[in-house]
Amino acid sequence: MTANRTTSSSIGGSRPLLARIEESRGALAFLFMLPAAVLLLLFLTYPLGLGVWLGFTDERIGRDGIFIGLENYAYLWDDDVFWLSVFNTILYTSVASILKFGLGLWLALLLNEHLPFKAFFRAIVLLPWVVPTVLSAIAFWWIYDAQFSILSWVLIEWGWIEQPINFLGDPTNARASVIAANVWRGIPFVAITLLAGLQTIPPSLYEAATLDGATSWQRFRFVTFPLLTPIIAIVMTFSVLFTFTDFQLIYVLTRGGPVNATHLMATLSFQRGISGGNLGEGAAIAVAMIPFLLAAILFSYFGLQRRRWQQGGDN
Amino acid sequence: MAVEHVDAKAGDEGGMKYLNRLPRRVVTIYLPLLVFVFVLLFPFYWMAVTAVKPNNELTNYKDFSPFWVVEPTLDHIKYLIFETSYPGWLWNTILISVAATFLSLAASVFAAYAIERLRFKGARQVGLAIFLAYLVPPSILFIPLAVMVFQLGLYDTRFALILTYPTFLVPFCTWLLMGYFRSIPFELEECALIDGATRWQILTRIVLPLAVPGLISAGIFAFTLSWNEFIYALTFIQSSEVKTVPVGVLTELVRSDVYEWGSLMAGALIGSLPVVILYSFFVEHYVSSMTGAVKE
Repeated sequence: MTANRTTSSSIGGSRPLLARIEESRGALAFLFMLPAAVLLLLFLTYPLGLGVWLGFTDERIGRDGIFIGLENYAYLWDDDVFWLSVFNTILYTSVASILKFGLGLWLALLLNEHLPFKAFFRAIVLLPWVVPTVLSAIAFWWIYDAQFSILSWVLIEWGWIEQPINFLGDPTNARASVIAANVWRGIPFVAITLLAGLQTIPPSLYEAATLDGATSWQRFRFVTFPLLTPIIAIVMTFSVLFTFTDFQLIYVLTRGGPVNATHLMATLSFQRGISGGNLGEGAAIAVAMIPFLLAAILFSYFGLQRRRWQQGGDN
Repeated sequence: MAVEHVDAKAGDEGGMKYLNRLPRRVVTIYLPLLVFVFVLLFPFYWMAVTAVKPNNELTNYKDFSPFWVVEPTLDHIKYLIFETSYPGWLWNTILISVAATFLSLAASVFAAYAIERLRFKGARQVGLAIFLAYLVPPSILFIPLAVMVFQLGLYDTRFALILTYPTFLVPFCTWLLMGYFRSIPFELEECALIDGATRWQILTRIVLPLAVPGLISAGIFAFTLSWNEFIYALTFIQSSEVKTVPVGVLTELVRSDVYEWGSLMAGALIGSLPVVILYSFFVEHYVSSMTGAVKE
């Protein structure tokens, strides 16, 4: 660091422009940051602001909007479908996240054992995460087919049920089905990232605990879990963020139906904003997601803080 | 990284092995693991089986076991290739993913290097801002972006996607590359500076060659993310000629009430294969990019 500074300031004098940019760290940094900054400011920061602004207008597709204050929000406040979508989103996120966490942690612990073909297992376990969501969702759509569902067929063969299950046509079933599909896709991410965390725990800690007479549950509860907490906090924040803003799965499987029972805020925003042409209202619904996301991000921030403190790092 | 840990562990584990006898391990480890693997892979098997099933077997569960194919057929795949715009969608997806990935990687390399090594005033804040940008989901951006794309005259073009995908790729790649650059010793750069190298030479001759694994990780992951992207492609694209695979399969192969499950599954299968093949070659890079982004 100090060496950098002395070298760059010791080369002085009148040199061509390019060389002078080279010497000034600020100018060089500005140049280096420029492409990323332009892309992000233009296509991320600006749209974020534009979205908030659109939420206060009555813009429709093909017609510029005018400022109408909180009218969109007032309308949504009295809109049962909107509140249903908020409820669905929270239900979907909480149930799916808890299941993903539980099952993902379990799978991570299994994969952390001394196994033959460990690398192979780890590779195939990650497949659901790699494959495009829309395409695997289409496979689930076929698995959930009202008439030819393979699940219904197996259960009928086993004599557990009489009639094929109406997976996506009944509100409760539909909710359970989309959550199951989301959990299926989310488990690998949680499992593999937690596995990476597990592998950093030194085996000597387990040996010490075993010598002290700890049972396997106690070893998990007092060694594994505390050391894994920081990474769990981060993984789950990501998982919650992605689940909360999920769109693809619902759009493929149910489009929000039956009777809006699976409408999430993102799908409702798309339906009202793009399909329905009410850009202003759609943007307002999207903006309504921001407080929830901020809460999740703050959670992540404090998770990170705790991690630094635990590891005694100065980074 | 991960491999080293495993090896280190394997050496240390001998002392506790007496606790795990085989029958116990079968019930507590192998059985649950098999159930997990079965559930996680079944949809792919089902996809593949359906894709090669002739139509008469497809819905006739009485005479044919649904889990097996008696007379495999390539009809669905032929139909997909010759009678739909599927090859065009594949081409679009490849084109858009490659272009978006390169654009994002290029921008990210410079940004990550500047944040990590030029240490300009406010570099830490910029780094944090990049991380926060990574957390902004496409679901809250697609409506304003649609308005912008329309005003810029990019609606229904590939450029609409090539320019908007970096919104989620650049933060991710920058964040990942920052971690890689951090691991390259300062001394190397200092030596080069003393030898009279310019910053550009340091970046291209010293830092980038050392960060190749990071570049591959970021590139693979970015490519997969753009291949899988759906909401922007659905919103900004209307005509069949410029659709990507996920959008094309969903909007054009699904017609009114007759679902042609065979060709739908074939479409899903072929659309997944490129990323799966790429993934199978670079599993370690993929895993390290996924865990790296979370861990840093």
